[in-house]
Amino acid sequence: MMEIPYTVKPHPVTGVYNGKFGIWLFLASEVMLFGALFSAYVLLRVGADTWPRGSALLNVPLATLNTMLLITSSVTMVMSWASLKVNNFGKYRFYFASTIFLGLAFLVVKSFEYGAKFEHNHFPSTDTFYAIYFTLTGLHGLHVLGGILVNTYLLSTAKSMWNRDPEHMTNRIECAGLYWHFVDLVWIFLFPVLYLL
Amino acid sequence: MTQDEIKKHVRIYIAVFAALAALTVVTVAISYLHLPLPYAIAVALLVATIKGSLVASYFMHLISERAVIYGVLAFTLIFFAALLFIPMYTTFEGSF
Repeated sequence: MMEIPYTVKPHPVTGVYNGKFGIWLFLASEVMLFGALFSAYVLLRVGADTWPRGSALLNVPLATLNTMLLITSSVTMVMSWASLKVNNFGKYRFYFASTIFLGLAFLVVKSFEYGAKFEHNHFPSTDTFYAIYFTLTGLHGLHVLGGILVNTYLLSTAKSMWNRDPEHMTNRIECAGLYWHFVDLVWIFLFPVLYLL
Repeated sequence: MTQDEIKKHVRIYIAVFAALAALTVVTVAISYLHLPLPYAIAVALLVATIKGSLVASYFMHLISERAVIYGVLAFTLIFFAALLFIPMYTTFEGSF
């Protein structure tokens, strides 16, 4: 079986290993996906006769807690990569598992928030504000869930891969980290736009 | 990257984390000042941009990345700006 080339060494044309180049191209497409929805949000808001302040309808303390959870998970993610760089597999496992746990905590908080909205009969069909709120936060939540699933797979196969090819494993974690930080970055903009303004 | 360099990076990551947490508190605190909407939008987006830049620069290592990645991002930013502003311009052409 032919091995995938340049998973560790930089590609002579791009100067980076293929995985990193690939994940950046993927993130570029993600910018356009969320960009289209942000654009829709601006158009809806500017075109509306009245638009509610998010803080009047949404739970700001819960969203602040979620912001802190995601920021912390970004730090644990980058620390897990740094741990592999200094050959400390034990610390990597701790930080990476913490990242998964914090991502799950984010989704649990989000589910409480959604539950409260549904209890008060606020659905995507209620009005334009809730339509764009559920669309943006729902899509973001799916990205968090996707990240958790991939990270869980990477954690479950980490030991064998670390023993077989530690450099390749470190690069995989860097790519997973780039995705996770992007998800954090999207939330950094969603939080003020939806909840505070 | 040497072990000493990684240790230096770790110190930076912790400093960035502290800055992100502090800026989150600042964002929420400013929202309680109930500024007029244009000012509130400007301040909130400014703080979010600073936070986003910190994440991208340090956690995503964009501060010391290869030219090809900057090239991909430059194209992305151009298309993102077009995606954001062309619909606005065409929709509200009469209002500008």
